[in-house]
Amino acid sequence: MLKQVMLGLLLASALSTVALAEEPKAGGVINAVIQPEPPGLMMGLVQNGPTQMVSGNIYEGLLRYSPKLEPLPGLAESWNVSEDGKTYTFKLRKGVTWHDGKPFTSADVAFSIEFLKQTHPRARSNFAQVDKIETPDDSTVIFNLKQPFGPFLGVFEVGSLPMIPKHIYEGTDFKTNPANNTPVGTGPFMFKEWQKGSFIRLVKNPNYYIKGKPNLDEIYWHVIPDAAARAVAFETGKVDVLPGGSVENFDVPRLSKLKNVCVTGAGWEFFSPHSWLWLNNRQGPTANKKFRQAVMYAMDRNFAKDVIWNGLGKVATGPSGSSIKHYSGDVPKYDYDPAKAKALLKEAGYNGEKVRLLPLPYGETWQRWAEAVKQNLQDVGINVEMVSTDVAGWNQKTSEWDYDIAFTYVYQYGDPALGVSRTYVSSQIAKGNPFNNVEGYSNPEIDKLFAEGAVAFPDAARKPIYDKAQKILVDDVPVAWLLELQFPTVTRCNVKNLITTAIGVNDGFRDAWLDK
Amino acid sequence: MTKFWRTMLRNPGGVIGLVILVIAIAIAAFGPLLFPTSPWRMVQRPFLPPFTVAGLPLGTDALGRDVLAGIIYGARVSLLVGLVSTMAALAVGIPVGAVAGYFGGKIGDALMRFTEFFQTVPSFALAIVLVAILQPSIISIVLAIAIVSWPPVARLVRGEVLSLRTREYVQAAVVTGQSHGWIIWREILPNALSPVIVLASLMVATAILLESSLSFLGLGDPNLMSWGYMVGAGRTVIRQAWWITLFPGIAILLSVLALNLIGEGLNDALNPRLSKEGR
Repeated sequence: MLKQVMLGLLLASALSTVALAEEPKAGGVINAVIQPEPPGLMMGLVQNGPTQMVSGNIYEGLLRYSPKLEPLPGLAESWNVSEDGKTYTFKLRKGVTWHDGKPFTSADVAFSIEFLKQTHPRARSNFAQVDKIETPDDSTVIFNLKQPFGPFLGVFEVGSLPMIPKHIYEGTDFKTNPANNTPVGTGPFMFKEWQKGSFIRLVKNPNYYIKGKPNLDEIYWHVIPDAAARAVAFETGKVDVLPGGSVENFDVPRLSKLKNVCVTGAGWEFFSPHSWLWLNNRQGPTANKKFRQAVMYAMDRNFAKDVIWNGLGKVATGPSGSSIKHYSGDVPKYDYDPAKAKALLKEAGYNGEKVRLLPLPYGETWQRWAEAVKQNLQDVGINVEMVSTDVAGWNQKTSEWDYDIAFTYVYQYGDPALGVSRTYVSSQIAKGNPFNNVEGYSNPEIDKLFAEGAVAFPDAARKPIYDKAQKILVDDVPVAWLLELQFPTVTRCNVKNLITTAIGVNDGFRDAWLDK
Repeated sequence: MTKFWRTMLRNPGGVIGLVILVIAIAIAAFGPLLFPTSPWRMVQRPFLPPFTVAGLPLGTDALGRDVLAGIIYGARVSLLVGLVSTMAALAVGIPVGAVAGYFGGKIGDALMRFTEFFQTVPSFALAIVLVAILQPSIISIVLAIAIVSWPPVARLVRGEVLSLRTREYVQAAVVTGQSHGWIIWREILPNALSPVIVLASLMVATAILLESSLSFLGLGDPNLMSWGYMVGAGRTVIRQAWWITLFPGIAILLSVLALNLIGEGLNDALNPRLSKEGR
């Protein structure tokens, strides 16, 4: 029966021509995959990828962001920045209630920031420049900054600053509060049930403050541990949405050839995952700038994009992804040029020392990628030895600097001061963290530029500073940039309007609707 | 010795096994001369089916690497791991079994309990744990396979030695005052060798399977192309590209089958009471 209904759906949508202004239809249930199963759904306490994906529909932030990273109204309906760039005033939407019926007010905003400063490492550094938070009335929040902070308007998305209900958490031990199992937010969907190992069910919030939204009645997030089984679940029609990274890349072309299947790489602009090879700047051949440049020329990154990532993503030009603020493409270029790589190796005086390559242990795609890069490097005469490791080993080896070349990718959070500078400034050289300046690059000029860039005001004044920093970095090659990644989201084409913002599926179901 | 070969050659299974093994060894030894480039090199478009492009009879894999080159280089790894780990297992198992069988008593008990300790742990699980702890490399894989496969050797040798040490020629050697080591080495072991040789040929087969299973699970040496790795890497794309898994799978099947057939043939040839001639 279900199959027939699905078939009917497929046919209907195949027949219906694409109308430009489609009216959203109300109702319907969406089945999506969540991989892996989140450790918890209380977004203030857990910030894993899967938690953000499910709970982005339960919780909300003050702002949302367009794919171009312009702020859009969220729980704040308007905002205002003072002339000196030190005072930010947010007007909150009126008539917003928590899922339990209590009103949402400015006191909740102030409380959320206090809460997250204790539990959310990124929020702690994002709000480090905040001197004082004022709440003159229920719908106004004023942030007073110690000094201008360029990226400040970019830290209010739901994953960075989810609103936490003060009336539930105030005065309790946050980590053991029983409400953590039944998260309460202001979002378009409410938590209904979670059968561990099987599914998480969210239902429509009937009192949502935007009339007529959400369109969908329910979302089921299915937990399916095996990648091949997830692909099969999509093929058989059990699920309609495969968020980025939930199936192996090699399966995507096959799935995209099925009828009524749409694939998109959009919805990652805010995170703009950027992949590169850590090159240990401290010791061995990788300490030599010429050797590092040779690595850049030796890699066929278009091959990696086309074959390993099925054409999704972009070849990275430098430290910043092209979708984040103050990106500059005006930097030295590194095309695939093995001859040049060989010449540089010769200049560097490389004599065939063994170089260890550490792949990222995140599945087939990354393993194949490491094999391809290894072959590229061997072809120009670099003596590469691949080291296998598991996730714990990768974390340990990179954070203890026990590697020569290592794969990684990190989120950039839309602004160079939030997601880029941490990889290159010398103050971020510290053992024990695999996401800071792991390569050990140290350049006083870069330190100075990034420090200036973060606090320069107005925004236009930041651009030349970051342009200069990118130029220097790309010439120095502290790490070997690979690709700007896009994780393909695979859906049935009758799931409409799912990806509209810069965080994609993470807050996508508010506007999504199901065509019948 | 001629009698040995006559019995061996009369067993058709054994002959087939020998032929396959000789071919496999020839491929491992001389194949790389025909395919001088690395099997990891991306030579053509990915996912080329077999027999569509000249020079790539078995097609290409997910990265455009030559499947045939992979199988040829994989033969080296499989045979090497099979032989070396079996040698290592024999080097541990034979002395332990011989000492336990010859001296018996408390020493024998202690050695046998020690052996049983290894036998109680499921061997594949133990191999996985060992390789994971030691970091996957060809050495750790050989070591892990040797560690999980020596106990049957020890038990077999002990049984043989137990029965041989009561023979009159052994007792004669004791009376003439020869040392224990000499007696074990010269009088007992040569006579206990036939079943060990049969067992060893089967152990090589098991070792090849173990190495393939480890590589399949991603615990192989990441710098060496092996059949198990090819099957494991091709598994995720088996529905688009069956050939990436099928051909290395056949290679594993044939070599393991060959070694089993040889084991059977050896059993007949070395054990006259069981051979057809003797009946």
